[in-house]
Amino acid sequence: MSHTPLFEVSDLRVSFGRGAAAREAVRGLSLSLAAGEVLGIVGESGSGKSLAMLSALGLNPEGSEVRGSVRFQGREIAELPRAALQKIRGAQIGMVFQDPLSSLNPVMRVGAQIMEALYLHNPRLTRREAEERATELFERVAIAQARDRLRAFPHEFSGGMRQRVMIAMAIANTPALLIADEPTTALDVTVQAQIMEMLSDLQKRLNLGLVLITHDLGVLAGYADRVAVVYAGQVVEQAPVHALFARPAHPYTRGLMAASADLSQPGEALYSIPGTPPPAGPLPPGCPFAPRCDRAGAICRETPPPLRRAPDGAAEARCHFAWQDGECR
Amino acid sequence: MTGYILRRLLAMPFLILGIITLTFALTSVTRGDPLAGIISDRQMTNPEVVAAAKARWGLDKSLPERYVTYLGNLMSGDMGTSFITRRPVAQDVMARLPATLELVTAAMIFGAGAGITLGVVAAVWRNTIVDHLARLLALIGASIPVFWMGLALLYLFSVQWGVLPGPGRLDPRATTPPQVTGFMTLDTLIAGDLRLFGNALYHLLLPAGVLGWSVAGTISRLVRANMIEILHREFITTARAKGAGELRVVLRHALRNTLVPTLTVIGYSFAYLLTGAVLTETIFSWPGMGSYAVSAARGLDYPAIIGVTIVGGVIFLITNLVTDIAYVIANPRVRPG
Amino acid sequence: MRAAARSFATGPLRPRWLKLPMACGLVILGFWLLATFAAPLMAPYDPLDLAGRRLQPPSAAHWLGTDALGRDVWSRTLHGAVHSLPLALAVVATAVAIGAGLGALAGYMGGVFSGVIMRLADVTLSFPPMLLAMAVAASLGPGLGNAAIAMVIVWWPVYARLMRAQVLEVREREHVEAARAAGAGRVRVLTRHILPLCWTPVLISATMDLGQVILLAASLSFIGLGATPPTPEWGAMISDGASQFYSWWVALGPGLAILSIVLGFNFIGDGLHDYFDPRSE
Repeated sequence: MSHTPLFEVSDLRVSFGRGAAAREAVRGLSLSLAAGEVLGIVGESGSGKSLAMLSALGLNPEGSEVRGSVRFQGREIAELPRAALQKIRGAQIGMVFQDPLSSLNPVMRVGAQIMEALYLHNPRLTRREAEERATELFERVAIAQARDRLRAFPHEFSGGMRQRVMIAMAIANTPALLIADEPTTALDVTVQAQIMEMLSDLQKRLNLGLVLITHDLGVLAGYADRVAVVYAGQVVEQAPVHALFARPAHPYTRGLMAASADLSQPGEALYSIPGTPPPAGPLPPGCPFAPRCDRAGAICRETPPPLRRAPDGAAEARCHFAWQDGECR
Repeated sequence: MTGYILRRLLAMPFLILGIITLTFALTSVTRGDPLAGIISDRQMTNPEVVAAAKARWGLDKSLPERYVTYLGNLMSGDMGTSFITRRPVAQDVMARLPATLELVTAAMIFGAGAGITLGVVAAVWRNTIVDHLARLLALIGASIPVFWMGLALLYLFSVQWGVLPGPGRLDPRATTPPQVTGFMTLDTLIAGDLRLFGNALYHLLLPAGVLGWSVAGTISRLVRANMIEILHREFITTARAKGAGELRVVLRHALRNTLVPTLTVIGYSFAYLLTGAVLTETIFSWPGMGSYAVSAARGLDYPAIIGVTIVGGVIFLITNLVTDIAYVIANPRVRPG
Repeated sequence: MRAAARSFATGPLRPRWLKLPMACGLVILGFWLLATFAAPLMAPYDPLDLAGRRLQPPSAAHWLGTDALGRDVWSRTLHGAVHSLPLALAVVATAVAIGAGLGALAGYMGGVFSGVIMRLADVTLSFPPMLLAMAVAASLGPGLGNAAIAMVIVWWPVYARLMRAQVLEVREREHVEAARAAGAGRVRVLTRHILPLCWTPVLISATMDLGQVILLAASLSFIGLGATPPTPEWGAMISDGASQFYSWWVALGPGLAILSIVLGFNFIGDGLHDYFDPRSE
């Protein structure tokens, strides 16, 4: 791992409302990613993982406020003026969203949408060149008859094809970082694997830093280098992927593993963690996961857990009991 | 979709017949003595004059007979003869229709421009002072009587400040170009007289502005609501994620997605414009259907009243039909009931 | 229903329905209601009295000046409310009674009756309102009463359509099925189980329309088809002002009166709309 990370978020906080009525949804989230690395971010919906990533790029929803530090290629971007941030978004950082149907402009041809991404960061591009580039991009994401399909509208495509368009758009300006927010969740199961394979392939070939946001730990197996588990707007466990699957330290991580269809035994009834993540707003004292945790003790309800480091130093978890017995139970 | 359009087209003749029948029925059943509009009070006591007038204008026949005759004549484009101008009503209406259409078209362009701008501005800066001002401005437009606003602006701009011309379509001293389309702006262009074209445009400014303002409010309200909804869609985030600036996001991505409902409301606002044109034309001495209708109504000129009402109704009907069909074509997924 | 279930006292100091525009609307409307009942007490002069010299600009004695006959414009403007407000209320009430009644029956009974009523409504709505009102008013002859009849003829189909659509929707709800299953008669089902749920949109629409009716009445009077001289009706007064074009104050009072009262109704209608349909905020 290199010493200046490609992308580093520290103590990110996102809150809704102002003053005393402000409710925090992302509560001091920190993570980092090296160039060419694949980081999985996993958590239930409502855990704040998507909100955190959008906010880091200044795409937080109206009425929300973002604090904390976001560094990209060593440069602080959280405080950048809007115009400067726009130059980075889409050029050096690409994004892919969950539902490709609602993420594509329904009244613009897909080609025009891709070419817009190109023009925005290369104003002097000629129409011909842009069309040429867009065709190449379509070929790269394996859309057949690329040139003709540029003229289609999003609703003329299937779900998988639309996601390919989104990916083509995100890598149009060969970014250094790609953030994919649940890129396969809205797709048919059969298509999911294809899209993941393609993303992984592109990541290797372009040496992209890839942030893969998902609610399904199973998706990350085989693709991610490292995994950050997010709960209540904080990273509660972070570990190399093989370490995490072998020795999950946080009860929440174990719950997510049991809840993943890919990771549980065939035929076994799928587990679901009781309860829901806490809504935006103040948390009770102690560990935010305590109310849903099957092994929470008195200390969990009173004292917020510190960030504990695994004996080998590669992993960390925010749990009073992590690595305490040397082995998880 | 084709079925819907076909059904609407097939219903047209019946609706037009309905318009004719209703106009005829309402004006015939309710009216007082039409003779009052034809002959003077003094001659009302002279049975010979009365009988002659009745025979001359067909008033000695029964109502159903008159209706059938009227329908028959209408088929051949005959709307009867005006009591006042003593010319065929159809001819009068045709002569005055272009002036009204020109005024209404200009008003629609103005109203749509102002309405869309206000709506977009209000949506982008929603719940700020800008939004409240834009909404208030639009609401005032919908609340102000056009005839009063016309008077007030004519007084201010023309009399007090002298920056805009007085009533009429051209300067009184100007020579009218040969009539081709009946649109003064087009006819002056066809005549190749740019100075006169400028003059016609100049005269159009105030009446079209006054009239257009009355529909700007409705349009801006709809544009605002649609824009707010669209600005929360995910593809807007996609556009921002691409690095698009706010201006581009608003104009190219959001506004384009509100185009269909906007065009629809602009189409429907035609009715308000026709209504308002009646009053605007009166204020601005605009020689259109509206001022013709007013003088017919004041002078109890029944053939003219009936004729103008039918023509107005048919124009209105066609505009709404075109708007509805355009909406369905632009939105194939909509299933109208 | 959502609307009925909501309590009117949401907050102790500023209830949710009392927003600034709503408050403005209520104040404006309150003023004109007061004028409707107490114009003779509020006005400095009799509206028909030749109280001063002709065409005097505004002064301390005549706040809005005098018209071509020397009548006090401010007094006449105040008295205008006596004609406009009750007329608009009567027109809308009659149009709602006729339209909503026919619409409810059409929605509930369906069949030929519904067909005839709704086609009649379609045809009536195929006219630009002003043109049809002019034609009818002209046939009936000048006078505010005739103008009122013309406006009812123009306006009833609006409520017929609205009411029919409401009834059609409510008719399919489960509680209506339940009432029918319990053996309630047709009349009882309509009056007890369907109609109470249909009124809200009709009433909101009627509030908004009050302003439009005042505008239309003034327009008819302006072109000489409504109030007859010397009635101090706002539209007719603006018409006087138009013939005294260079004495701008003659039309100022009645113009502002119409603007304020229509704006007031629009404020209130907007407020009601936002209250019952909070999505639009």
